[in-house]
Amino acid sequence: MSVADPKGLAYWTVADTARRVAAGEVTAEDVVEQTLARITEHDATLGAFLEVDASGARAAARLVDQKRAAGAPIGPLGGVPIALKDNLVTKGLVTTAGSKILAGWVPPYDGAAAERLRAAGAILVGKTNLDEFGMGSSTERSAYKPAKNPWDTSRVPGGSSGGSAAAVAAGLCAASLGTDTGGSIRQPAALCGVVGLKPTYGRVSRWGVIAFASSLDQVGPLARTVADAAALLQVLAGHDPRDATSLTAPVPDYGAALAGGVAGVKVGVPKEYFGPGIDADVRAAIDQVIHQLRDAGAAISEVSLPHTGLALPAYYLVAPAEASSNLARYDGLRYGARADAPDLLQTYMRSRGAGFGPEVKRRIMLGTYALRSGYYDAYYRKAQQVRTLIKRDFDAAFREVDVLLTPTTPAPAFPLGSVSSPLDMYLADVFTLACNLAGLPGLSVPAGFTPAGLPIGAQLLGKPLDEAMLLRVGSAIEGAVGLADRHPEAFA
Amino acid sequence: MADLSRTEVEQIALLARLHLEPAEIEAMGAELGAILAHFATLAAVDTTDVPAMTHATETQTLRADVVEPSLPVEDALSGLPAKARSGDLIVVPSIIPGHES
Repeated sequence: MSVADPKGLAYWTVADTARRVAAGEVTAEDVVEQTLARITEHDATLGAFLEVDASGARAAARLVDQKRAAGAPIGPLGGVPIALKDNLVTKGLVTTAGSKILAGWVPPYDGAAAERLRAAGAILVGKTNLDEFGMGSSTERSAYKPAKNPWDTSRVPGGSSGGSAAAVAAGLCAASLGTDTGGSIRQPAALCGVVGLKPTYGRVSRWGVIAFASSLDQVGPLARTVADAAALLQVLAGHDPRDATSLTAPVPDYGAALAGGVAGVKVGVPKEYFGPGIDADVRAAIDQVIHQLRDAGAAISEVSLPHTGLALPAYYLVAPAEASSNLARYDGLRYGARADAPDLLQTYMRSRGAGFGPEVKRRIMLGTYALRSGYYDAYYRKAQQVRTLIKRDFDAAFREVDVLLTPTTPAPAFPLGSVSSPLDMYLADVFTLACNLAGLPGLSVPAGFTPAGLPIGAQLLGKPLDEAMLLRVGSAIEGAVGLADRHPEAFA
Repeated sequence: MADLSRTEVEQIALLARLHLEPAEIEAMGAELGAILAHFATLAAVDTTDVPAMTHATETQTLRADVVEPSLPVEDALSGLPAKARSGDLIVVPSIIPGHES
């Protein structure tokens, strides 16, 4: 590869990039220059980035090259360009969570995700676009600009980690991080034709994640291959004393799980995920995956998760309730935008009224409605009881099978501006929400394309802390589908 | 569920410390009404003796209660506008309307 070929490394895998940098076939500085050139060339079309850190990325790359020249270890992700969703705080680099209320905010510390990636030698190239505070399924609810789907720029990339998914799909970084509260990694991964992994709740530290719904939020990777997602999880996973919900369980070797195959693996297909609302092309692609897994020796069986239909209403009580509490910190006093007002109450109200967008206001209102005195039992407590029923469904299913297979979304990417009602937008996450409510790991892996060329994702759900099984089955699906080398033509 | 009344929307907005413009109040009443109607399916579920699930992890790991280095004051105040700072203090408007802070 040469610097004269600026497109050469666009679709290198994480492992390829790390290996070539470590071997001296390419310098980290070359990788970064070419990555920045691609971002400059394509991001005006895609809107995947909110902030590009050219100088920081160049400095980090120089450091990697200097270490290598000195014979020092450069880390497992040495020289690999990675983008972070803009709700992950980064020291010295503007972080807005896609909201005007944090416009221009420069965090004074690194969150755990940025810290671990930097320690592993990764180059943080920039911050990706998202629905404001992660509240949305299309990235149209970003306060700054919508992101576009690289496979069809008239369509949404999904959300809320839509910028992270679009950037990976279009080869503007080797991999990225997102956060997933109700499907915000898996749904955009599916709509953009990339791999998205939402780890078990507690597997990855939430330190430095701009909180949306604290009992549901998890950080995870978006990547072009299952192996790349495994490589990032390897770096991200593990106990962090700064997050009280961080799990102390040992971290297995995720890469070792990939080649396990599916012979004898018990795959459950929950019938509730195959109802009449599902797009015919999506259904056909998932049926094809089921056949492929069976041919590869997996034992396929139908299972039932009877409370599936309650996940959407339960989620849209639990998540807004927690959001209304978490977002109380944006009071205009210590950071973010402060409105001029004569007294403290009006300062709060005017700062928040001017700083938050419509969907965030709607969820704060919904959460406050559900949590207020006299309504708590009827709404929030009821939703948490239903959450227990949903968790019990999964517990029962996982006594019979090793992994569950569903479509990630009921339909492929929809046109920008086509979904206007809040409730219809919530339905985009109908297959991904239950996983968060139950705290389980979930993986979306490309399963094919519609005749119009839009990606389709298959979702795997696993037992708590069994990311290895998801990666193993996901890798088998990736191999059988055989589309990991297909990239959007406009960004070749 | 019917639309939320203007009064109810205003009450909730005050609890949420959220200023809404008149047009927002009107739209919010209808939108919240539609979303809350969807939640009626939950009310019909029998949850007798079902415990509430507050968190996906059953245990929380608290760190030892010892003093550790934390964010320097200068860094912690770095997000403040200049006029909102006085030494190491954060200047806020008075809680009593009409009084200078």
